[in-house]
Amino acid sequence: MKILVCITNVPDTSAKISFTDNNTKLNKAGVQYMIGPYDDYALARAVELKEKSGGSITVLNVGEADSDPQIRKALAIGADDAIRVNCDPQDSYFTAAQIAAVAKDGNYDLILMGRESIDFNSGVVHGLVGEMLGIPSFSPVMKLDIEGNTAKFAREIEGGKEYLEAPLPLVLGCQEPIAEWKIPNMRGIMTARTKPLKVVEPVDVNNLASLTAYSLPAPKGACKMIPADQAETLITLLKTEAKVL
Amino acid sequence: MSVLIFVELDNGSIKKTSLEAVAYGAAVAQTQGTSATVLAIGNADSSELAKAGAYGANKVLHANDAALSNENAMAYASVLAAAIQQEGSKIVILPKSGLSDAMGARVAAKLGASIVSGVTELPDLSNGFQVKRSIYTGKAFATVEVKGDIKILGIKKNAIEAQEGSGTATIESFSPSLPEGDFTAKVINQEKASGELSLTEADIIVSGGRGMKGPEHWQPLLDLAEALGAATGCSKPVSDLDWRPHHEHIGQTGIKVAPNLYIACGISGAIQHLAGVNSSKVIVAINKDPEAPFFKAADYGIVGDVFDVLPRLTKAVKESK
Ligand SMILES: Cc1cc2nc3c(=O)[nH]c(=O)nc-3n(C[C@H](O)[C@H](O)[C@H](O)COP(=O)(O)OP(=O)(O)OC[C@H]3O[C@@H](n4cnc5c(N)ncnc54)[C@H](O)[C@@H]3O)c2cc1C
Ligand SMILES: Cc1cc2nc3c(=O)[nH]c(=O)nc-3n(C[C@H](O)[C@H](O)[C@H](O)COP(=O)(O)OP(=O)(O)OC[C@H]3O[C@@H](n4cnc5c(N)ncnc54)[C@H](O)[C@@H]3O)c2cc1C
Repeated sequence: MKILVCITNVPDTSAKISFTDNNTKLNKAGVQYMIGPYDDYALARAVELKEKSGGSITVLNVGEADSDPQIRKALAIGADDAIRVNCDPQDSYFTAAQIAAVAKDGNYDLILMGRESIDFNSGVVHGLVGEMLGIPSFSPVMKLDIEGNTAKFAREIEGGKEYLEAPLPLVLGCQEPIAEWKIPNMRGIMTARTKPLKVVEPVDVNNLASLTAYSLPAPKGACKMIPADQAETLITLLKTEAKVL
Repeated sequence: MSVLIFVELDNGSIKKTSLEAVAYGAAVAQTQGTSATVLAIGNADSSELAKAGAYGANKVLHANDAALSNENAMAYASVLAAAIQQEGSKIVILPKSGLSDAMGARVAAKLGASIVSGVTELPDLSNGFQVKRSIYTGKAFATVEVKGDIKILGIKKNAIEAQEGSGTATIESFSPSLPEGDFTAKVINQEKASGELSLTEADIIVSGGRGMKGPEHWQPLLDLAEALGAATGCSKPVSDLDWRPHHEHIGQTGIKVAPNLYIACGISGAIQHLAGVNSSKVIVAINKDPEAPFFKAADYGIVGDVFDVLPRLTKAVKESK
């Protein structure tokens, strides 16, 4: 089985977000980068599926060279090779079209993604890629097994879960508890250095949405503290002051 | 040219976030000098669908093929694309959700449309077509120029104040042909908590963290939620430990919520948890540690033991009714 895992290179979940250049660029000073946490779940499940039934795992990122440390980490966790489409990912459609172009060449049985990127939180790239390739897409997937040519999986729906079966190939957007995040071991880190990372140029796609400026939410006012022995006054304040009850 | 709005149904009722989408779509239609058409998929009576009229829709297309009884994003996308074509729509509004994102994405790829998900305000038409969207899980916004001939917007809860008016909408049944390829997956089973308030729709959420000490101690929190008519949520460790079901997990890697009131009980307020709740209008933190980071993100705080404070709040709510 050939698995493609699409990973994003995103600011750490604990990063403080601020902007520079007249609010047109992320201030990268002091920001650590990581593999998108949902993408990391997808990768972890891919590694488990490969351990069980063999096959190969390719990781794919649409991004510039600063993604390489995250790609190497994915290789250290267990991917066999990597492809980076060398460009600044523009909008969701552009990004999806790059992924679809790579996927068409590779004939993958399974394309795993995260349920959403944690920078732009769109949750749309899997659906776009599925439609571009003419294959089904599902998200968010929280359980996945492969039997022969069939995927058996569970998708989160509002207030519960839905269990599904579908023939491969498929595009799936993953979330926990599909697998536990994996930490690369020493051997993984050593071998990752020599695993192939192919850099390809983007295909020509129109940019359908372009960024004008970033902004930050208005700062939160001070928290009004209520002494524990007067906890009941909270209910009054929520009614009369905050007007939410 | 009509602005097309997709509404989600829950047991035959239009969801509240979807009525907001209708109000949003109707407001956009007005600026474009055109009408607003709603697409509803699944079982619902005409009296319920007519509600869309009170939020500004002129017409409702109702697709109710038996094959559409499961929320199948691929089939729903085919229906939406057919509706866009029939109405000649250039602007399509969806209420942001997993289903809408999946449908919107597939339609965008079918039609080569722009898709922007997580929109928080009405578009600014003074210079092209610009929308503000939430990014970095609520930590920031981006203003984006939407350039496609067809524009699909996924709008976040509270992007507009939806007000019920006295308008009416005509209802037309809509039955486009459904491609076989949309039905290759078989639904084996569904597990759904019945009668539970949905977190994404809820106006009030009471949420518990590891400070609740264990699943057997949840009753005081459930009691307060019941008194307030609130939905219940939890932090990630709580669902990881199986104290509460996974669909209650709120935060960066869980559900993102935007209620009017979020009450956090024994949750430290880690940045990853806050990412899921920072769109709430009012936040209350109850924590025994005065240094808990949640107090920096909250509007009201009580430093105290949840097992003392929660029953007293429940009592106060009941007495104030
Ligand atoms: C420097 C910079 C500039 C940007 N400028 C713009 C802009 O002008 N306009 C705009 O609309 N957006 C812009 N973006 C956002 C961004 O390019 C895309 O939106 C993003 O690549 C896809 O995010 P998403 O939220 O659509 O992904 P989602 O749909 O939330 O992602 C779902 C899954 O798809 C996969 N995936 C997503 N992106 C990638 C990727 N790049 N490589 C591999 N797999 C991926 C992952 O598995 C992910 O979990 C910019 C981003 C950056 C970093
Ligand atoms: C990539 C990543 C993604 C993550 N995503 C999420 C996410 O989506 N959602 C999420 O919640 N977390 C997430 N986390 C985890 C997050 O960092 C925190 O570990 C987690 O939110 C802590 O949960 P907690 O507040 O319930 O527990 P704790 O941090 O253990 O806090 C318990 C709190 O309860 C208080 N307390 C204890 N006893 C009492 C009492 N009797 N009365 C009152 N207060 C009491 C304590 O003072 C403490 O503040 C993520 C982490 C990472 C690295």
